[in-house]
Amino acid sequence: MTPNQPHATLFIQCLVDGFYPEVAEAMVKVLRRLGVRLDCPTDQTCCGQPAFNSGYRGEARKAAKRFIALFENSAAIVCPSGSCATMVRRHYPELFESDGPWLERALRVADKTYELSQYLVDVLGVTDVGARFCGRITFHDSCHPLRYLGVREQPRRLIRAVAGAELVEMVDSDRCCGFGGAFSVKYPDISTAMVEYKAQRIIEAGVDAVVGCDMGCLMNIGGYLSRMGADVKVMHLAQLLAETGEG
Amino acid sequence: MAEIACERYKDMAATGIADPVLQRALINLQHRFGRGTAEAYRNLPEGPELRFQAKAIRQHAIDHLDLLLERLADKIEARGGHVFFAEDAEAAVTYCQKVADRRGVKRIVKGKSMVTEEIGLNPALMADGIEVTETDLGEYIVQLAGDHPSHIIAPAIHKTRKEIGRLFADKLGIPYTEDPPTLTRAARKALREKFMAADMGITGCNLACAQTGHITTLSNEGNIRMAATLPKTHIAVMGMERVAARLSDHAILFRLLAMGAAAQQMAGYVSYIGGPAGPDSLDGPEEFHLVILDNGRSRILADPEFREMLQCIRCAACLNVCPVYGEIGGHAYGYPYSGPVGAVVTPLLVGVNRAKDLCQGETLCGACRDACPVAIDIPRMLLALRAKLAVGDDRWNVAPAGPAERAVYRIWSRLIGNRRAYDLCLRAAGAGGRLLAGKDGMLGRLPGPLSGWTRSRNLPSPAAKSFMQRWKEMEGEGGSNHD
Repeated sequence: MTPNQPHATLFIQCLVDGFYPEVAEAMVKVLRRLGVRLDCPTDQTCCGQPAFNSGYRGEARKAAKRFIALFENSAAIVCPSGSCATMVRRHYPELFESDGPWLERALRVADKTYELSQYLVDVLGVTDVGARFCGRITFHDSCHPLRYLGVREQPRRLIRAVAGAELVEMVDSDRCCGFGGAFSVKYPDISTAMVEYKAQRIIEAGVDAVVGCDMGCLMNIGGYLSRMGADVKVMHLAQLLAETGEG
Repeated sequence: MAEIACERYKDMAATGIADPVLQRALINLQHRFGRGTAEAYRNLPEGPELRFQAKAIRQHAIDHLDLLLERLADKIEARGGHVFFAEDAEAAVTYCQKVADRRGVKRIVKGKSMVTEEIGLNPALMADGIEVTETDLGEYIVQLAGDHPSHIIAPAIHKTRKEIGRLFADKLGIPYTEDPPTLTRAARKALREKFMAADMGITGCNLACAQTGHITTLSNEGNIRMAATLPKTHIAVMGMERVAARLSDHAILFRLLAMGAAAQQMAGYVSYIGGPAGPDSLDGPEEFHLVILDNGRSRILADPEFREMLQCIRCAACLNVCPVYGEIGGHAYGYPYSGPVGAVVTPLLVGVNRAKDLCQGETLCGACRDACPVAIDIPRMLLALRAKLAVGDDRWNVAPAGPAERAVYRIWSRLIGNRRAYDLCLRAAGAGGRLLAGKDGMLGRLPGPLSGWTRSRNLPSPAAKSFMQRWKEMEGEGGSNHD
């Protein structure tokens, strides 16, 4: 191991941890392929975003304190969810606005938390991760990384560098898919209308796979496409980047 | 007060979603204006930063409202105009009724104005036996149809040319046609007659100017200018936040307003009105009244969490990009203000509990924040409203969420605070999920609140082994530590 080898701590969205562990495994594979040393606090659970978005700030603050304590000694914190990364980067400091010592700790953690594509492109300076995938791909922009973290070009550059992949832009790639956490369950009619619109644009694009940077959106889009019986693969960016075309 | 039907948000949303005409109109509108506005901002010679300069101008005005409104009122009164500060909708409506009564008014022409919708002015005047005609083409159509506007700037987008053709044949007695120029000419002719016969004009105000003591109206049809100048009496109604300090502020704000509203560089007609006809304004009305409305705005002003909302200049740019508005349309919001602006303003004006679906029935996608010409952080305020709804708030008289919901978050909070308990839960959910899952491992039908999801979407069953479990097995127990 060289002393300059980058070191990252895995911040695994609870949805990925419990429902899509293969996404986290794909992320581990990609990061290791690039020579990143990894650690993973296995006591981590949830960043608190569901409570925060529903207005339960006390509960969100508790989750945030737990997260900060677990992650504050990391060199870099990498997350396969743009939404959770936004929670830490943007909302943690807001939660501790009037609590000096915790604000300082929250800001320190916020500064070194990255969504996966951000970490790869902006921190490591990598776009070609040695992946291979034969097919047409369209990218769905998740709202929070796009509008709060400025993640627009990073995933596209990574996708374009995948051998054999062709990036096809769908219409309204940056329009919300209608997930919105509890919104999708509390307002199913509106949420369904929104994901229906998104699914139509994906199908219209005539692609083999839709790729995104957040399993919340992809669970919504994938759940709808699966119900329709549509023949489009739904992949997290990490899964695409882990593909080597072997097996 | 306008009719309040915010409680019916879910039902009205479903109605909007099921209306194919509305669906087509909404997506066309959003593609045309939403994209056009973004393009206009990108091409600003001053750069996109101009929106933040505009925001600072608005905030400065909001922070000095007392001084600016006093200056505005003094200047207008010095020119012989009348200014009335209305504490609430009722006071504003009563004032307008009294003026109309004193002037023996029989016929009123109106320029498009959201604030007069907010105070429910038309029904009150009509109840007094006065004929009130909306003169914005879209508003005129909506009024003839006995309907409500569904968009702040494009009130009749939910109507097709066929519907308008039938409506005009029925109400204006013209032969049926669906040719837009012919229909517009018919409306123009009918409206000209109304303008000539009207004895009062009522308009809103886009943004007053304290420095010069004028109100302004912007339109693309010239109708507001006619409503303000032809009749012998003109009443302008403005929300108390709609004032700028300097004339130079208008240059920036009106350009951005026109971009936000219709991706234009400037509205077709911009009028400055400072009082009745006089030596420096030969064409004005005999009497000019300005009604400055509070109706809950002082309460917003007093709360630093929501004061930012008073920067809004009601351009509707946020409606033109909102993916929720784009599906449900304006009527679902149950109040004149719809879309993201309505989702914040309406709860603050009519009661947060009453309008809770407006601020909870949004995905926090943030598109509105990027489209707003004055960069209002609407998602921030939606979150703030949700926090009040969760735990209650005395200042805004908000009752907290029910005990069941609060218990859910309390239990959730305990669970995520303890990885062992959390793992047990994950495993139990995984076992349950696998029992219910189909061959593809997907859950197609779930009970209780989760049925909202499975009504239209499959859900994956939780994994047999969480990632944390897998990591521990991969790395051995030492894998969790920092090295």
